[in-house]
Amino acid sequence: MRIGLFATCLGDTLFPEVVKSTAVLLARLGHDVVFPPDQTCCGQMHVNTGYQREPVPLVRNFAEQFGDSSIDAVVMPSGSCVGSVRHQHEIVAERYGDAALRAGVATVKAKTYELSELLVDVLGVTRVGAYFPHRVTYHPTCHSLRMLRVGDKPLKLLRAVEDIDLVELPEADSCCGFGGTFAVKNAETSTAMLQDKMRNISGTKADVCSAGDSSCLMHIGGGLSRIRSGTRTLHLAQILGSTRTAPYALMEAAR
Amino acid sequence: MSTFLGMPAAPPRSPFGTGNLRGDRTFPEAAHGELRNDQLRHNLGRATRTIRTKRLNVTGELPDWERLRDAGSAVKTDTMNRLPELLEQLEQKVTERGGTVHWARDGVEANEIVTRLIRATGSSDVIKVKSMATQEIGLNEHLEAAGITPYETDLAELIVQLADDKPSHILVPAIHRNRDEIRQIFLDEIPGVDPDLDNVPAHLAAAARAYLREKFMTARVAVSGANFGIAETGTLAVVESEGNGRMCLTLPDTLITVMGIEKVLPRYQDLEVFLQLLPRSSTGERMNPYTSMWTGVTPGDGPQDFHLILLDNGRTAALADTIGREALNCIRCSACLNVCPVYERAGGHAYGSTYPGPIGAVLTPQLAGMHAAKNDPNSSLPYASSLCGACFDACPVKIDIPSMLVELRHQHTEQSGTTVEKLAMKAAAGVMGKPKLFTAAQKAASLGRVVGGRDGTISRLPAPLSGWSDSRDTAAPPKQSFRSWLASAEGAETMRAAADEGARLTAETPEEDQ
Ligand code: SF4
Repeated sequence: MRIGLFATCLGDTLFPEVVKSTAVLLARLGHDVVFPPDQTCCGQMHVNTGYQREPVPLVRNFAEQFGDSSIDAVVMPSGSCVGSVRHQHEIVAERYGDAALRAGVATVKAKTYELSELLVDVLGVTRVGAYFPHRVTYHPTCHSLRMLRVGDKPLKLLRAVEDIDLVELPEADSCCGFGGTFAVKNAETSTAMLQDKMRNISGTKADVCSAGDSSCLMHIGGGLSRIRSGTRTLHLAQILGSTRTAPYALMEAAR
Repeated sequence: MSTFLGMPAAPPRSPFGTGNLRGDRTFPEAAHGELRNDQLRHNLGRATRTIRTKRLNVTGELPDWERLRDAGSAVKTDTMNRLPELLEQLEQKVTERGGTVHWARDGVEANEIVTRLIRATGSSDVIKVKSMATQEIGLNEHLEAAGITPYETDLAELIVQLADDKPSHILVPAIHRNRDEIRQIFLDEIPGVDPDLDNVPAHLAAAARAYLREKFMTARVAVSGANFGIAETGTLAVVESEGNGRMCLTLPDTLITVMGIEKVLPRYQDLEVFLQLLPRSSTGERMNPYTSMWTGVTPGDGPQDFHLILLDNGRTAALADTIGREALNCIRCSACLNVCPVYERAGGHAYGSTYPGPIGAVLTPQLAGMHAAKNDPNSSLPYASSLCGACFDACPVKIDIPSMLVELRHQHTEQSGTTVEKLAMKAAAGVMGKPKLFTAAQKAASLGRVVGGRDGTISRLPAPLSGWSDSRDTAAPPKQSFRSWLASAEGAETMRAAADEGARLTAETPEEDQ
């Protein structure tokens, strides 16, 4: 399958390892990974902060970059960016776009998937040949859970990882408190939410807390690093990308 | 006469509501204090957790729960689409059955009507059933100023009233209080209470009951709200748990009901849906203990003088917004509060309005507006959410609160003119809309590595990001973006090797192993 990879602005700039793992994983599964070179950002932060005119060029660029019919599916290692493409691009296009943009948005939306959705639903694999001999707990992230309804797809993938010690996260479905600019505008409330999430993570004694969204992980990982909890964060793609021949070298997190 | 110049003027907007629909501080400011209230956080955390579990048990046991939610949503949407005709039908039916209907444009008018009606009875006391609408318009304060004493008869509402406090939860108004505090409030405020009263909940309830019984037996006027008003028959309904409502609705000679206009339902049969949705969503019970329904006046039975006040107070303004009007579908079950992680931490008072929690964050700005002045506290409400979506999942009438929050944020930025944030957003979109600029910006970001400490983390960021860095480390940007790695020789080689391995594996692996 010819798969268009959207790195997301955050992944491309700040978390390139996550995107590398995604690209390598898909190539290793025998797929043709294409990276439209002029891609940038889905505009999620703009829309969620209340700006809908400003991201029009971003929405248009996204539709143009991935609209090509030679691309069978579009994947991104971020549940919230998929949420934006699926639910917000049409709002922006409807309100501030033209007919071409509306059509472009609808076309791309229909073939856009979050990583676990693509693997399990589209490619039909749960066993991706990964090896990760560490204790892992998984935070499902709100957008994946409630906007995309990915359900237990990420857990199915993790359960199939060789030698993994997967432990359940208590109160997994409660929000970590990130919410984009929420963490800045309501930093104290966000921190109160983060503290409860970290307490639950620490209780699992996991080496790694994983999730399908770098933004939530940046928030959780930043908090865990500050309290020197001993648990570090790692994107789902990086665990799935770790193999016996090229295992992920897990550095111990500061305690 | 004015000359038509080609552009029709926008129709006049319906006025916003008055009353307890605006705090005096923004949400983050108010939350700052509330987050430090350990009693509140402890009580809220425990109570919301308990009620969440109860709710999931009783909603999960119904095989048609999702269809009930769809039905509730459909009935409410239909209602809002033809609200004027349904209200007129309700008025006609109530009048036919011996009641009197009054229309109140806003809280001021409603308060005046209630005061006038009470004065006409010659009574200076009224008993009250818990009602959001009368809290919204500040009826108690108004009555007191007019020399009329209102007595709240719901236990938690009584506690709040005696303590001269504000409710913090739609359903559990005194959730922020503990037993010792309640005991003290009773000792201080209930005349003739046993001075040896202890903090055992049953004893506290008994003290309140003894006090209230006397009021029930002597009061001649009651004021209530309504959960539902049926257009087809003119029937009003109140659901409650303690029986105080039943007392208020049946014992006095005069009953005055203040009902928000959005509470109307088309048919009597619609109650079948809502009397299942409401108790299961709100208290996590299959049925609420008391459901009282009355239609006009029944000679020789119950109040002989019945007045229904239909309250607008900003609802028509909300109805005019095609997206925002969905908030009027709310049946005030409080399920969204109980699942909200923001509400659970910050508590109800942080919202500054009669309506707290996720629904408050979308309803309050629509009823009362959010641009009354610069930095209107109501304009901070749509941002008081991480958009986690738990409210949408819990709502019995499927109100898409997260989407409405995003919409209200947009309305706010559209109204706000040029702000620093807007300029930053424009600049960001300007860069990200141009791939070349974006790539250049990424290179600049990777230069930002120098601000990282030796372990590659940044622990202090300047305002407005200091709130973030108060509790989180930030990793310094990496040396290389993904796109420059992919374009590098190393990237190309890695991708080629992965593809080769893929080709080998595909050739080796039997299909069923995939
Ligand atoms: S918005 Fe929905 S969940 Fe919240 S109080 Fe209203 S009906 Fe209940």
